[in-house]
Amino acid sequence: MSDTEKGKPKKKDSGKIFLEEISKSPLTVTILAIVTGLLLGGLLVAVTSEDVYAAFSDSPWEAVKIGANAAWTTYQALFNGSVGNPSKIIDAFRGGDPETIRRAVNPFFESLVQSTPYIFAGLAVALGFRVGLFNIGAEGQIFIGATTTVIAAIFLKGLPAIIHVPISLLAGFVGGGLWGFIPGWLKATTGGHEVINTIMMNYIAFRLSEFLLRGPLKDPDGFIPVSADIQDSAKLFRFFDNPIRFHIGFFIALLFAYLVYLLLFKTTWGFTLRTVGANPRAAKYAGMSIVKSTVLAMLLSGGLAGLAGANEVLGVNHNLAVAFSSGYGFDAIALALIGKSHPLGVVLAAILFGFLRNGAIQMQLTAGIPIDIISVLQAAILAFIAAPAIIRTLYRLKEPDMDIDAVTLRGWGGN
Amino acid sequence: MAPILELRGITKRFPGVLANDHIDLTLEQGEIHALLGENGAGKTTLMNILYGLYDPDEGEIFVRDKQINVKSPSDAISAGVGMVHQHFMLVPVFTVTDNVMLGDESTSIGGFLNRKSVANRIREISEQYHLAVDPNAYVRDLPVGIQQRVEIIKLLYREADILILDEPTAVLTPQEVDELFAIMRSLVDHGKSIIFITHKLREVLEFADRITVIRGGKVVGSTTPQEADQNTLAAMMVGRDVDLHIDKPPAKLEDVVIKVENMVVLDEIDHVAVKNISFEVRAGEILGVAGVQGNGQTELVKALTGLSHPVSGTVTLLGQDISGDSPREITELGSAHIPEDRQQDGLVLTATVANNLVLNTYYREPFAKRVIIQGEKVLENAADIINNFDIRTPSSLIPVGSLSGGNQQKVIVGREFSRPIKFLVASQPTRGLDVGSIEYIHTRLIEKRADGCAILLVSTELDEIMELSDRIAVMYRGEIIDVVDAKDVTKEQVGLLMAGVVSEKT
Repeated sequence: MSDTEKGKPKKKDSGKIFLEEISKSPLTVTILAIVTGLLLGGLLVAVTSEDVYAAFSDSPWEAVKIGANAAWTTYQALFNGSVGNPSKIIDAFRGGDPETIRRAVNPFFESLVQSTPYIFAGLAVALGFRVGLFNIGAEGQIFIGATTTVIAAIFLKGLPAIIHVPISLLAGFVGGGLWGFIPGWLKATTGGHEVINTIMMNYIAFRLSEFLLRGPLKDPDGFIPVSADIQDSAKLFRFFDNPIRFHIGFFIALLFAYLVYLLLFKTTWGFTLRTVGANPRAAKYAGMSIVKSTVLAMLLSGGLAGLAGANEVLGVNHNLAVAFSSGYGFDAIALALIGKSHPLGVVLAAILFGFLRNGAIQMQLTAGIPIDIISVLQAAILAFIAAPAIIRTLYRLKEPDMDIDAVTLRGWGGN
Repeated sequence: MAPILELRGITKRFPGVLANDHIDLTLEQGEIHALLGENGAGKTTLMNILYGLYDPDEGEIFVRDKQINVKSPSDAISAGVGMVHQHFMLVPVFTVTDNVMLGDESTSIGGFLNRKSVANRIREISEQYHLAVDPNAYVRDLPVGIQQRVEIIKLLYREADILILDEPTAVLTPQEVDELFAIMRSLVDHGKSIIFITHKLREVLEFADRITVIRGGKVVGSTTPQEADQNTLAAMMVGRDVDLHIDKPPAKLEDVVIKVENMVVLDEIDHVAVKNISFEVRAGEILGVAGVQGNGQTELVKALTGLSHPVSGTVTLLGQDISGDSPREITELGSAHIPEDRQQDGLVLTATVANNLVLNTYYREPFAKRVIIQGEKVLENAADIINNFDIRTPSSLIPVGSLSGGNQQKVIVGREFSRPIKFLVASQPTRGLDVGSIEYIHTRLIEKRADGCAILLVSTELDEIMELSDRIAVMYRGEIIDVVDAKDVTKEQVGLLMAGVVSEKT
């Protein structure tokens, strides 16, 4: 509305201003969305619990109590599974046995291990978003990246770790990058939509890696479609003994997040990429090449996703199996959105997803809650973030001023 | 006779702004009442209150002496008040009939749409007011001027007596404007009453019966075209004396900066849009390109700025053939471009003011060292330009999209004029801007001319062309049908050329 431009702000006390700023901040919406999603998850656990219905016939009050109890147990299991059981950790440190201590603190580190591929894949999708591209193909790029990595990590022999590890990571970057480059190049030269093409490339990637695992890459000593173990020199450094799998990949992921941040916000390339993403017509007017930007963005995006695969192979599995990535690339789309396509946001969202995923496994074991509840929970968080109006209405928040970092997604029909 | 509509003490506050401050307004039966004011003065807010889109904080609305309570547009419509918004509310893939009945569908027994009766009613309305609208045409196929008539038909179909037109002429060509005013006259002759919102002085003086001027949310005065002239109205709108006449020193002609020979340009669907044109612009002169919108000006500008390439002919800028060069190569030669569509082409609305101010220089010293952007230099540059070009913004770090239209255009002008430039293409540089901003941009253009810049001014505003140009090239159907000296012609002569009428003697 052109007639409602801002005038001079009136004087207000600082407390009120603070509250207003908080209620306007997009971060508040994100945090409330996560909290609301968690609450909704608890509610779901309660209403799907058979005990609750059984108790309902006795007294509704009893049922509510049992329901609340079930929800509480879930949260507890989720916490113990993702962070660790506080009393167990205290006991372990009192006992002083190193292995018991490692077991007690393992959940926390295991969550970080789960977060690592999320960071890479989330960065991949976020980078695409910034340039106005929907890279739905991160999952396929992960598979190809893992495959090229495993080839470099198995068949290159006699190298010192200081060389073998970077080469293997680079192989993953190149493999994933190629898988991103193809749809990027198709988009730039023929206009073929990257959403369709990345999805199709996913299927090719799945079957290609499966074919290789049943044929040339199959462990000659094994019967199942799994590759041989990689060379020790290609393994990512682990900080602790078993069972803690926490490895240096987490810090490599953080480094890449920082690099992506520098690229996007501190370099001329990033300026070009973001301008192309926000307004391609203005980018063209300003003399930027949309073709180059599109191809470069998809190449880098694919490369980052490829690193997620490389990271899993070199840091966690030490081999390549069929379906080794259970949807990191697809979850990455969600977490890039939650992280507002900003590298820092992506890291935080990836850590959240890592903790949720790891906690969910424990939750299933101890509380008998199906792991799917975490998917529902993630979906709820995402829906709340994607539809901030729900959260604003729920918590009576104000409309924010125009968001500087708002990423304008052009998406379907955009070209 | 009692007024058909009366607003009393309408007040509307937005956080931090008093958009309407006790506004009184009366509309007599059968008059065209112009609501004049700069962008941001509160005109649209007032009309949105009348139309039920906003709730006023204070004030009363009377229709035919009866107080009405408008909570929503449907209340307004049932009270006989209808509004045509600046941006049309039409479904392009629907026919005129479907659009007209949308939201008020006429059905026969069984719930089937009764298109025929609606179409007949549209024909009746169309005939009564000489609208010439075919009810079976698809809206997407209609020119903007006709789409606007469809909006008017929507109101008439709903039997509105009071029509509000929000900036109805902003999107129209000069001919369409004349046709629109003829239609408005015929509407009031049939007893309708019209409020039209505008910031264009000429239109108000020519077509309104009464004028109310709003500034800063308050009514600053009411007058009639007989009592007022452009200067008094502009002063009322802006709150100070405005110099609408441009004093320009005689041109100091120097070397030819750009020379176009036999250029042919295709449009987006590969039709010939620019046919074999030739012209040149010298340093220190403004060549105005006049013409009705859509006669090849857009494609001409694109070809000169590298956004498209001519299929034949040559374009020589400062001695170099640029007909195959990219926008960046042409910019680096010392060319600047104020694009026709400032929000789509000239700015990244979600990006900050500071970043928009380096949109085409970010990759060069001092803003970048190798590939690293020098943030401080970008901010210093922004502070300088904001200061030099009087851009009203609370900070250089807010998105440029949150500035007013005039200030957005100043961002573009500031960016383009802060580089050493020898050639400027200014395409519709003042379209949609308020009087103060237009005055400002005209002054800056004349300054650049005095600095020895060659300027190609493309505008559909004939007044602007006449005021600023040294020579005028008139485009008609892709050709330059004549180039005339601005001193030697009258507005009427150029107007005839724009319509494709070439006088005998030439």
